Order: sequence, then C-alpha cells, then structure tokens
Amino acid sequence: MKLALAQMAPRLGDTTANLRTHRDLIRKARRQGASLVIFPELSLTGYRLQDLVRDVAEPVGRGKRMRALASASKECAVIAGFVEEGPGQEAFNAAALFRAGKLGHLHRKVYLPTYGMFDEGRFFDAGSTFRTFEAPWGRTGILICEDFWHLSAAWLLALQGMDLLVVISASPVKGMKATRNPSSLAIWEDLGRVVARHHTCWVAYVNRVGFEDGWAFQGGSYLCSPEGRVTASAGFLDEKLVIATMDPAVLRRARIRSPILRDEKADLAGRELARILGSGR
Amino acid sequence: MARASRTPPGQGVDLEIHAPTVERILTGFIAGESRRVGLGRVVVGLSGGLDSAVAASLAARALGSRAVTAVLMPWRGSSPASVKHALLVAGRLGIHHERIDITPMVEPWVERYPEAGRVRHGNRMARERMSILFDRSAEHRALVLGTSNKTELLLGYGTIFGDMASAINPIGDLYKTQLRQLAAHLGIPSSIIRKPPSADLWEGQTDEAEVGAPYDVIDRILHLLFDEWLREDEVAAAGFDPALVARLRRRVSETQFKRRPPLIAKLSMRTVGADFRYPRDWGT
Repeated sequence: MKLALAQMAPRLGDTTANLRTHRDLIRKARRQGASLVIFPELSLTGYRLQDLVRDVAEPVGRGKRMRALASASKECAVIAGFVEEGPGQEAFNAAALFRAGKLGHLHRKVYLPTYGMFDEGRFFDAGSTFRTFEAPWGRTGILICEDFWHLSAAWLLALQGMDLLVVISASPVKGMKATRNPSSLAIWEDLGRVVARHHTCWVAYVNRVGFEDGWAFQGGSYLCSPEGRVTASAGFLDEKLVIATMDPAVLRRARIRSPILRDEKADLAGRELARILGSGR
Repeated sequence: MARASRTPPGQGVDLEIHAPTVERILTGFIAGESRRVGLGRVVVGLSGGLDSAVAASLAARALGSRAVTAVLMPWRGSSPASVKHALLVAGRLGIHHERIDITPMVEPWVERYPEAGRVRHGNRMARERMSILFDRSAEHRALVLGTSNKTELLLGYGTIFGDMASAINPIGDLYKTQLRQLAAHLGIPSSIIRKPPSADLWEGQTDEAEVGAPYDVIDRILHLLFDEWLREDEVAAAGFDPALVARLRRRVSETQFKRRPPLIAKLSMRTVGADFRYPRDWGT
C-alpha cells in the first residue's frame, strides 16, 4: 500500500488557495499510486491564526470546504487539518479522514500547547477522545502534533489494535545548535522511532513547511516502520510530496519478533491508573 | 577571580551555530516574508559594519542581487572606513547602492539644539536614517530590512524608532558572536568581521567600551540568563563577574519599552495591542 506525505506550506487564513493546493496534491499523489494522502496540521487554514480561528472555522459535516475535501477523496483517501466549528460554537484544532467521498473519522486535538511560543489553549477548545478506525490499509489512529508528545495518547490507540499511526503537525524550528538539524527536528524522529517500535505500528508523520510571522516550519515528514526504521522522509524546510510504501510483511515480522502488544497488561494498567487517580497516589 | 583565570568564564556555554542551516532558514524567511506581501524586494541601510553586511548578503542570496538596494547614509563625522567597507560589501554582492549624506538634514537640528549631547545627536541621526530608509522603501516598493542583532535588542543598545525600526529582521535572534560565525560562512571580508563593532556615532566609539564588556562575555551571560533561564547567582557561579551579570540583567529590563509597541490605554471590549489578536501576516 502506498501513502503520500504532503509536506506543504499552507497560506495563512486563505482556505480557498489551500483547498486548491490540496486538490492538486491529491491528484498528483493518486497518479503516483497512493491510496492515502496525508496533509499537515491545519493544512486548510494555516497555523498562527489567533483570532482568525473564528473566520476560518467550518462545521465538519456541512462546511463548504469540508464537502469539497470529501468529494476530492473519491479515488484517494485524504487526511487533512482544519478548524472545526463545534455544535456549541467551539473551535477545535481538528483532523479528519475523508474516504470514498465521505467523512470517515474525526480527531480533535486533545493537548493544546500553551507555553513558550505556543498559545493554542487561548484560541481552541480541546478534544477528549483517542479513537481508531478501520481502513483498507489497516486500523488507523490520528494524533495532532502535541498529542504525540504525550505518550499515553499513542498507547491508548495502540491498545485498540492500531496498525498505522498518523501524526500531523505544524512544528517550527526552535533551538539552534552546531549540528545541521535544529534540536526541534531530531525530537520528532526519535519519538516516531520509539513509538513505532514499541507499539509495533507504522508511524506516518507529516509536518508543514513555510513561514508565518517569522516562524520557520521545519518539515521533516517521514514514514517509520514498525521496526523503528525511517523508510521515507521529505527533508528539512522544503515543500515535497513523498510517496512511501507500507509492506504488510514488515508489520507481521515486527509483531512476531517483538510481541509487546500481545503481552501488554492493559487491565493491570487500568487498575493501577484507577488507584492512582482515586487515591491521589 | 582565581577560578576564572584557570578556566575561561562560562566554559561550555555553547553559542555555536550551524551556519549553512541558519542561512537556509534566514534566506527562506526573507523570501517568504517579503514575497507574501507582494514585494519581493528589500532596502537595507549599509553601515560598513558586520550586521548590515550579513543582512544584505542574506537578502541578495534570498531574492537575487537585483532585488536588494543598499543605502549608505554617512554624515560628515563618519569614519572613512565605514563608507569604504559598505562600498566593498555592495560591490561584492553586486547590489545597487544609493549614497545619501545625512549631514544637511541633521546640521540644522544641531544648530537649533547646540546643547544636545552625543546620545541625542546619535538618536537624531538614527531616526534620520530610518526616515530615509522607509522613504526609499516606498519608492522601490521594497521592505526595510532590519539589522539589529539579539545582543543589541536585549540590551536596548539602539535607537527606538531609529535603527531598531524595520519591516522584517532576519538577524534579530542571533547574538553578535553568532553573527560573526554566519558572516564568515557568507564570505564577508575579514576586515569587516574583525574590526571593533561600533555605532559610529562619534569618533572612537565602540560597542564594547560603551557596554563595558566584550561581546563573547555579554552574549554568554545573556544566553544563560534568558535562553537557559538561569538566575543571576547561577550565572555568576559559572565564572562571570556578578556585578556585570546584575548590570546586564538590569539593562535588559530597563529597555523593555524599546522592544514593544507603545502601550494603549484599555477602554473597549477589544483593544489593539491587548485582545485584538491577529497575526502580523494577516491577509498576506
């Protein structure tokens, strides 16, 4: 199965231009044989929206651009990021799977970074679930950026039998060092390798590029195998559409060699968690 | 201090950058932020010093030399080496340059306020240059490229609404010592990299004499205080003069007003500068 990592530079607040880019890249990915194309966090809107969040939000079922994305997904499934207007005027930093012309799954970002350079908690409402969905390429979960930094999120998805973890982000350059890549880039690859190997699943990470208000979004999108090997990457800073292959034999081999998921004691973890939460340690 | 003489102060404080990566990010920044507003051109005040040479060089690499206009704005007291070095940089980069002597604009003011000291005189010249740069930017349909580095911004060692004013600043998150590394990578002549940094507002002025410490010490202290979140006593314990650490820290807090837009008195439900929060790149 082939998937496409669409490392693109959304235009800030310009959903019309971004929708056009999505359609172009979906067409290109499909022509190269991809069954799924993955766009970065807030790919339809840009990232540093602040009060523009309210201007670009759309209800997921009825929004004009949501419907356009759904109809673009007839021959190639799409995961894209956008601002979802909730039923109670909430604004969620959301990602959805569109497949066969329809909305297939919705994830609302749970962990909204509000520290240092980030201020998402001010502008967004937080989601409250981590759920997987069945797809032709296997059981899949979606996380958005900071969700991935909380290891429990991927673990909860893994317990649901996840074969592919899709992580989309808008991660900026932060922390210059003497090495070629800034420290902010290496962390994402480290995280992907560990999660993929220890939860024995594929990790498809798609980060954006481009500049907004002086921030350089760093890219570095990759596909990491369940054996912890990065098998495709889009590189630092530039726009790139990368087609990557997921071989089911690799997932099978990884799970036979390290049956970590089989041996996972989720019931024990549940009991301990209940105790910790109940007793305040 | 005995300890400081055995090991250099703040040894292990790493301000080394990977210059090719920094160049990629900063050229991307200049191209991205200038093209998104539909211009793709910049004007830069070229002083003959290191900072403006680096900014101009990044701009020429980002946009092509034809999209960069350098403006030389000496006054009668400027060091002849400044103009020489500015012309050297413009020539090497193959960028167009304009030379505008600011003496005729500033002299009437000097005659009107003969009692103004050299700081006021320096500020007046910095604001004259700013005024010229923004005018040239309007004619060339270009953005004014900022040339204040992180050391200057933190110390407030600059003129508010003068040399601190710009549309976009590619070098404002690099300390002076880091800019020297980038300058070497960009092929800035070593005569410019090695000369003592100076605002060139009066004869013999140097930054390090004015601030009272060499840049490699200042930068490491600022880095520890603000990037590494160390307390003053912890920075001093790393081998730096406690009095200098305290003085620099105070200087940063006292000059905070220079780094922020003016305060606006809050009255309505939604106030510019308070809760009217839109990105600077709104609508571009």
